Amino acid sequence: MLSPRRTLAMARKEWIQLRRDPRSMVLAFGMPVLMLVFFGYAISWDITDIPIAVLDQDRTARSRHLIDAFEASGYFTVVSRPERASDIDDALVHGRVTGALTIPPGFTRDLAAGRPAAIQLLLDGSDANTATVALNYSSAIAAGYSRDVLLQGRSIEAPATAETRVWYNPTLESSNMIVPGLIAVVMSIIAAMLTALTIAREWERGTMEQLAATPVHRLEVVFGKLLPYLGIGMFDVATTVLAGVLIFGVPLRGSILLLAAMTLLFLLGALGLGMAISAVLKSQVLATQVAMVATYLPALLLSGFLFDIASMPAALRAVSYIVPAKYYIAVTRGVFLKGVGIDVLWIQGISMVAFATVGIALATAAFRKRIEA
Amino acid sequence: MSAIAVHELTRTFDDFVAVDSATFDVARGEIFGFLGPNGAGKTTTIRMLCGLLRPTSGHAQVAGFHVARDAAALRARIGYMSQSFSLYPDLTADENIQLFAGLYDVTGARFAQRREWVLGMAGLRGFERHVTGTLPLGFKQRLALGCAVLHEPLILFLDEPTSGVDPVARRGFWDLIHDLAQAGTTVLVSTHYMEEAEYCNRLILMNRGRIIAAGAPQTLRSAMTEAIIEVITDDAPRAVEALTRAGGVIEASMYGRAVHVVVADAGAQAVTMVRETLVAAGRSVESITQVTPSLEHVFVSTVRSEGGAVAG
Repeated sequence: MLSPRRTLAMARKEWIQLRRDPRSMVLAFGMPVLMLVFFGYAISWDITDIPIAVLDQDRTARSRHLIDAFEASGYFTVVSRPERASDIDDALVHGRVTGALTIPPGFTRDLAAGRPAAIQLLLDGSDANTATVALNYSSAIAAGYSRDVLLQGRSIEAPATAETRVWYNPTLESSNMIVPGLIAVVMSIIAAMLTALTIAREWERGTMEQLAATPVHRLEVVFGKLLPYLGIGMFDVATTVLAGVLIFGVPLRGSILLLAAMTLLFLLGALGLGMAISAVLKSQVLATQVAMVATYLPALLLSGFLFDIASMPAALRAVSYIVPAKYYIAVTRGVFLKGVGIDVLWIQGISMVAFATVGIALATAAFRKRIEA
Repeated sequence: MSAIAVHELTRTFDDFVAVDSATFDVARGEIFGFLGPNGAGKTTTIRMLCGLLRPTSGHAQVAGFHVARDAAALRARIGYMSQSFSLYPDLTADENIQLFAGLYDVTGARFAQRREWVLGMAGLRGFERHVTGTLPLGFKQRLALGCAVLHEPLILFLDEPTSGVDPVARRGFWDLIHDLAQAGTTVLVSTHYMEEAEYCNRLILMNRGRIIAAGAPQTLRSAMTEAIIEVITDDAPRAVEALTRAGGVIEASMYGRAVHVVVADAGAQAVTMVRETLVAAGRSVESITQVTPSLEHVFVSTVRSEGGAVAG
């Protein structure tokens, strides 16, 4: 029989210890929002104000018009106007600019003669992502400029146009996509780190032996230790959600209750996993490191947070199915952006229940009351 | 029925036999001692009796419970204080008491009364809100004892409870053990301080996993067939040197300023033999008397008679 009194005695003790350990307090209350803000600003796929150098060898009204078109787009900022072609190389090598636009002499003459007029855009490909985006933007700007030149002020009806509309994230803000996923990644790490210390600390200090000699059942120890961290985890998710809405302006369209229920299950699993690692390794340092690697890498790389799972090799795709963060990210993105309910997220719901069960089962199985050493 | 009944209890770790066929009984209300050097198997035996370690073979009953089978029920009826100080150092004295009260289901008026008792016994009134880690070792140890007996267990296991504590505090701790035994608690206590064994009603001597002698301290001492002669001479090291070579002397060793000589047979003859040996070696003898063997002598003598070396 599980005794609520013994479970609460454990929970109370754990909470007091946590409160007196500044390291754990910072991890529990400071880290999540800090990580959210830090990553939220650092990771962005929205590329604007790409610094470029412009070498205008034509020096005509037309060439200036083209440069204006680049600047007016908002995607490029002209930061230097070198005199010689060799200066461009220098600026690119030193990273002062990401691209260099060269308008050759005779640009206006070729346009007037109806010949193809070439302009050159050099891009720094060492950041492939930015280069790709810059390439697309510049092609679009050049195409628009060409159309204007051809039409010379007349307007026409295009024979066929695609009316595109983006749902859920109409402005394609990357923070709308990053923040909900980031909450899942951050909580995966924090939850496992929090409990990774708890059982190992008892072994290191020799208090486990005293605990083992009392009538406390190992499920009471596991639940007693989980309770305070579960509270902290829920608090952390609440604050990061709030920060996501207030700081990053991410819309929260779905049910907060559903998000809370899924979060509770996810935290149970993640906390249990950390506790299992702690119980098996019996060393705080080792347990923290293992918990970090076991949660951080899969949550970051195999959850669909940074990289699209569909485009991964089959082996990694298969592994991604057992990454709990993958399902939780689907929940946070679904609830935040799409406002969907359990009718859509039921697979994730089942996964969360399974994860919680496995996490607690692992923690209980790993926790031994006997001193077999 | 005895409080503890142990039969052929054995525990091995891979090839190492930590406890080898231990058999003994402890009566209710007794203070029962485990005496032996570090590594003798005292801690392993106590852990098995508390249900913390599974015996490799043999069996033991504690308070009527089978230690391997009924460990859970057993734990509610015993108290255990492990070798290292093992309360939570970051909790206050009072918080530690509250925790163990919760784990042992001591509640309501009984809790209030037991808490008062522990604080009084440990001398911690006024220090209830001090973080345990900052208390002096003697206080910590008494608090640990208090937490181990909060639930008034039938049997109390103390694994080297006084190691590292100064002699005065140690003496005080033994007074507490006596009070508990007086109140009816059976106490099983291990120590490597030979003089502490004198406080026990009965004890076993352990060495290298085996019980090498058992009985009351008085019985063990009188069972020692060899005699101890204490001599004070002008030059102790040279006296030891001369005596070690003499026939009839089992061992001669320095004991402070004096020399303790272990001889096979007691009596005036032995005393004469020792005196003559020393005079022949050119030593002047200030005093020579036969002394009562201490438990340390008994221990060394028993180990020697078994042809073994002392673990440690």
